This record gives sequence, C-alpha cells and structure tokens, in this order.
Amino acid sequence: MQAFTQLTGLAVPLDRANVDTDMIIPKQFLKSIKRSGFGPNLFDELRYLDEGQPDQDSSQRPINPDFVLNYPRYKGAKILLARDNFGCGSSREHAPWALLDFGISCVIAPSFADIFYNNCFKNGILPITLMDEQVDQLFEDTLAKEGFELTVDLEAGVIRGSSAGDIEFNIDSFRRHCLLNGLDDIGLTLEQSNSIKKYEQKRQQQAPWLFT
Amino acid sequence: MAGKTLYDKLWDSHLVKQQDDGSCLIYIDRHLLHEVTSPQAFEGLRLADRKPWRIDTNLATPDHNVPTTADERVIGVDGIADPVSKIQVVTLDDNCDEFGITEFKMQDERQGIVHVVGPEQGATLPGMTVVCGDSHTATHGAMGALAHGIGTSEVEHVLATQCLIQKKSQNMLVRVDGVLGAGVTSKDVVLAIIGVIGTAGGTGYAIEFGGAVFEEMSMEGRMTVCNMAIEAGARVGMVAVDQTTIDYVEGRPFSPKGEHWELAVAAWQDLHSDDDAEFDHVVVLDGASIAPQVTWGTSPEMVLPVFAQVPNPAKEKDDVKAAGITRALEYMGLTAEQAITDIQLDRVFIGSCTNSRIEDLRAAAAVVKGKSVATSLKQALVVPGSGLVKAQAEAEGLHTVFTDAGLEWREPGCSMCLAMNADKLGTGEHCASTSNRNFEGRQGFGGRTHLVSPAMAAAAAIAGHFVDVRTFA
Repeated sequence: MQAFTQLTGLAVPLDRANVDTDMIIPKQFLKSIKRSGFGPNLFDELRYLDEGQPDQDSSQRPINPDFVLNYPRYKGAKILLARDNFGCGSSREHAPWALLDFGISCVIAPSFADIFYNNCFKNGILPITLMDEQVDQLFEDTLAKEGFELTVDLEAGVIRGSSAGDIEFNIDSFRRHCLLNGLDDIGLTLEQSNSIKKYEQKRQQQAPWLFT
Repeated sequence: MAGKTLYDKLWDSHLVKQQDDGSCLIYIDRHLLHEVTSPQAFEGLRLADRKPWRIDTNLATPDHNVPTTADERVIGVDGIADPVSKIQVVTLDDNCDEFGITEFKMQDERQGIVHVVGPEQGATLPGMTVVCGDSHTATHGAMGALAHGIGTSEVEHVLATQCLIQKKSQNMLVRVDGVLGAGVTSKDVVLAIIGVIGTAGGTGYAIEFGGAVFEEMSMEGRMTVCNMAIEAGARVGMVAVDQTTIDYVEGRPFSPKGEHWELAVAAWQDLHSDDDAEFDHVVVLDGASIAPQVTWGTSPEMVLPVFAQVPNPAKEKDDVKAAGITRALEYMGLTAEQAITDIQLDRVFIGSCTNSRIEDLRAAAAVVKGKSVATSLKQALVVPGSGLVKAQAEAEGLHTVFTDAGLEWREPGCSMCLAMNADKLGTGEHCASTSNRNFEGRQGFGGRTHLVSPAMAAAAAIAGHFVDVRTFA
C-alpha cells in the first residue's frame, strides 16, 4: 500500500449529503476481478449523460457539464470535499479503488459511513472528519478562489491553506501509523499468530461445536 | 458495574488481543464469500504466497451475477450470457477449488443469496462472529450473532489470519413495544425505524433490536430487520437468542449435533443483554402505530406510510434537506404532495436478501392468489432466495399461485435488487421492490425504486399502483 504522509492539491466540492457507493461506482463496473481501472467510471451516472458499460472507452462519452468533477477549474483535484454520511450503502471496496484511480486520495466530510471509512485506510486514502462549520468554510474557500489548494499533513494532523487558518484533525493512532508507513495490516496481524492460536485452543474448549 | 449488552458479550468472547492503542484483534467464526468482492482478495493471497488460516470456516456461493431465467441456468456457468458476469462466477469457482473452500455452485440446489443460505444451512449460529464482503451481512445478527459487512481487503485479511482489526462500536437499543397491526410486517417495522433514526442514525453503533414486537417475530422477520441495519448506518444489527432462535437452528445441516448440540444450547442461553446493561442510545417505537411503509425518494430514510403524501420541499425549513427533497422528487418523477397511492408502477420485484425467504413468498402469494397482475405492468418478478426456498415454495404450490396471477417465477439470486445480472429497470420506470436500497440507479440506470414489504409489493402488482394492503381485497 502507498504511504500517505503529506498531500497538496486542488479540492473539489461535492455539495450533496448521503452520497452512496452505488453513486461512487455503479454496479456494472463491479464485475472486474482487478483492483485498478475504475477511475474513468467514478461517479459514472453523474459524470456522463449516457449509461456506462464496462470495457467502454469513456473518453468518447458525452460528459455532463453540470457535474462539479467536470468543471475545468477542478481538473486534477486530489482532495474531495463532501457532505454528511459520505460513502453510505454497500461495502464495495471498488468505491475507494475508483477514487484512488481517479487521483483522489483524501476525502473531507462532516461524517462518513463506517464501512467506507474503514475501506479507505486499506487503500492509502485518508478520510478526514471535521465539524460542519469547518467543512462549510472549506466549501466557501474552494468556491471563492479558482485554483484553491489545500495541504493535508497527516504527520502533524493539520490541514493548511484555509482562509480561516490551520485546521487540526484526529485519526485513530493505529490507522495513522499504518497509513504513514504504508503498512500491510495482514503482515502485522500475522505477527500475532501465537495469540490467535492460543485463542483458538481456549475457544475450542469452551465452544467445541465451532471446531468440527 | 453495569451488566453487559449482547454486543458486549459477543465482542468479549471473540477478543484475541487488545493493543495498547485500543485497536482489537477479533476472531471470526464464519466467513461467507460471493463472487463480486472476493476475486481481488484471493489474488492478494496468491501474490503474497499466503494460505487461508482455517479453511473450514469459509463458505461460498455465487449470487450477485447469476442469471435467474431457467433457460440460462440449465446450461450452467456456460449459460451466463454476459461474459463479464461469467468471468466472476468462474473465478469464484476456480478460487474455491484451488483453496479447498466449500462452495454451493450455481447448479447446486443449496445455491442462493449468501444471506439466505447461511442461516438456512445452520452455517451461521448464535454466538458466532460472521463476516462477508457484503454490507447486508448484518442479516445474520438475527441469530444472536455478531455479523457485519467488510471490504475486499478485509476479506483477504480474514482468509489469511481468521481475524479482523476492529474498534468497538457503541451500543444502541431499538425497542419496538406492543403488537403490530394486521398486514404490518417486519419490513414495515425496519423501514419505520430508518424513517425515525435516518440513514446515518446508527453510524458508529451496533444496534440490538428488542421489545415485544421482536420477541414475537419469526426468524425470517428478524433477518429482514437486521438485514437493513446498514440502511440505518449501523454495520451490526442483532436480536437476542430465545426459543424461536433455537427451534430455527435445530437440525440444519451445519448445526451442532448430539452432545455438541446440548452444550451449544446451554451456552446460547446467555446470549441476551443483561437486565442492568446500559446502552449509549435508546430509541423506542410503538408497534401498534406502524402502518405499511413505502419509500418515495432516493434514500431509505425517505419513507412514509402508504396513506401519506410525498413531501413538499417548500415546507422544509432546513435548506440542505429541502434541496435533497427537490432532487429526489425530480429523480423519482413525482410532484410535491402527490399521494403515494397515485404512484403508477411499471415493474414489481419480490426477492433479495431482505425478503426472499419462504415466509415472504407465502405472504406475497396469499395476496395475489386468484387475482391477476395489472395489465399496465411490464413485469412482476418473484425470485426465491435459494434453491431450497424455491423447492419449498414449489412443494407448497406457491409457484403456480404466482404464475397463474401473471408473475414470473425465477431461479435464485440477487437479481433486480442491484441489477448486476440481466434483471433491471429501464430509465424512468417505477418499481415496487422488496429489496433494501432505493438509491439512484440501483436497480438500473435511471430506475425508480420504491421499497415495500412482500405483501405490499404483491398488492401493488395487482392494482398497478400502491394500495394499503390492510384494506386490499
């Protein structure tokens, strides 16, 4: 996994609550058996005017000029500003894969759905939860100035660049450690093999029907 | 010290190790797999040269992509017309064969929607931790298990280590007191709950459903309720173990037998929240006040009783909410304050991991028996949740009740719930659906989904529009 330490880039404001994972990546693109290549179909039904199909050349499709990700001023955005309950719905990890493949590796919102939030950390994406007023401020900053960039510093736990000054954020220490170092948590868990085996021995005595 | 909740007990009994930073290693007893979220996990194992930790805890079945027409199914995997769908099903078969994982393949009578198959087989038991790369895994919480959906990286993690790294959620109790009215079902109860707490109301919580309504509810009904916990934002939904649970589990293929059965039943007696347990949040509803529900918008929380009118954004004071209502009405092709019973339907879908069990099919059949589907409808589909549900329904003659009334009787799978196979809505079409999500495009590009109970879907199929099943004859 790619480590996440510091990121500077354009922020694109998606002013909509309850953005679900069907919206982030529609089901017809879940048929891939790979982890990559989902970027062209991120927000497919919002970005394009036609119905997308797998294995299609998306550069030839009619784009929806009213969708914020298609505005020329946000081209190359690395940070997504979002509203409440971002990523609700299914557990599909294709959602963070699509964001990452598109080039977005940080999402800032007042709240996230649990499974999506967790899936982000497994893929080197940093989801940041801020207070409503702070998110409002970042939306205002982005709309006020074309080319507005933010710097997200995970090491320091600070977002820089807002007109209101530095914004601090908190990330659970284990997840922060894994993200900063790009650690594979399967490897970390396997270091606990003895504890797992010990648990299994104890559990087998208490609940033998689970080990038949 | 306060007593423990059911969630606390399940958590504590599966805690392998708590790290200094508060993250916990939790042991997983049952891992269910399907074809959509597993291929990249198996590929990850191969790339890192890792083996599954405990093969026997894994159980797989293809469900999302499988065709539901008998013509396609009879040929087997080669009969899947969509080549991309076929690759996923074949990949699951190949991975399970390679790693030695038990799989109910497409032509096995035990195949079905993974959340129907697990309980039906006794593969998900009280007191277990159950995970699957699917957000509707909370379904299995109806057994008194700790069950939740995971992403593909975690599928790989469970395969490789039999554990997950987790942080404990907070405890929420949703209590529904009293008795449900006639014609009001478990689906109406869970939709009403989501209407009250909202789609993010359960975020960060494990929800226990308690109170007289759930005590009286069948296991199928409890599964419907727990299934949609995620639609309220909670990864975990669960119901305490009682005699209804134990009677349901007894004698199933994977259930404990003989001496182990006696031991298990004794242990399961403790799988309820203690009387003095404290919840971080409690929500109380009165069962008698719940009417049959219909979603009108593009989020499960946009739900109302069938006799209501859809909202008017001009009357909403909160700007963000008003914009959400306006957008949803536009997508759904509805006008402010339109009566729900005036919504004309194009298709009806009875199925999905929420409502495709035998009890659901019986309820729908009872409504359509001796009647005919409205001529204005393009299609009404009934898709059983598993091959065994299908066989049971056919033994009871339900399939001919459906086909005589003009509904199509299909082969088991996820089908039109998420339209990964050929069963989907056309742009602008309205569907009365017993599934779980009414998101934009969920059932097909531009499709308009209304979530309802099986009885309400069946009544709507006959009428061609929504009707109150309590007064429908």
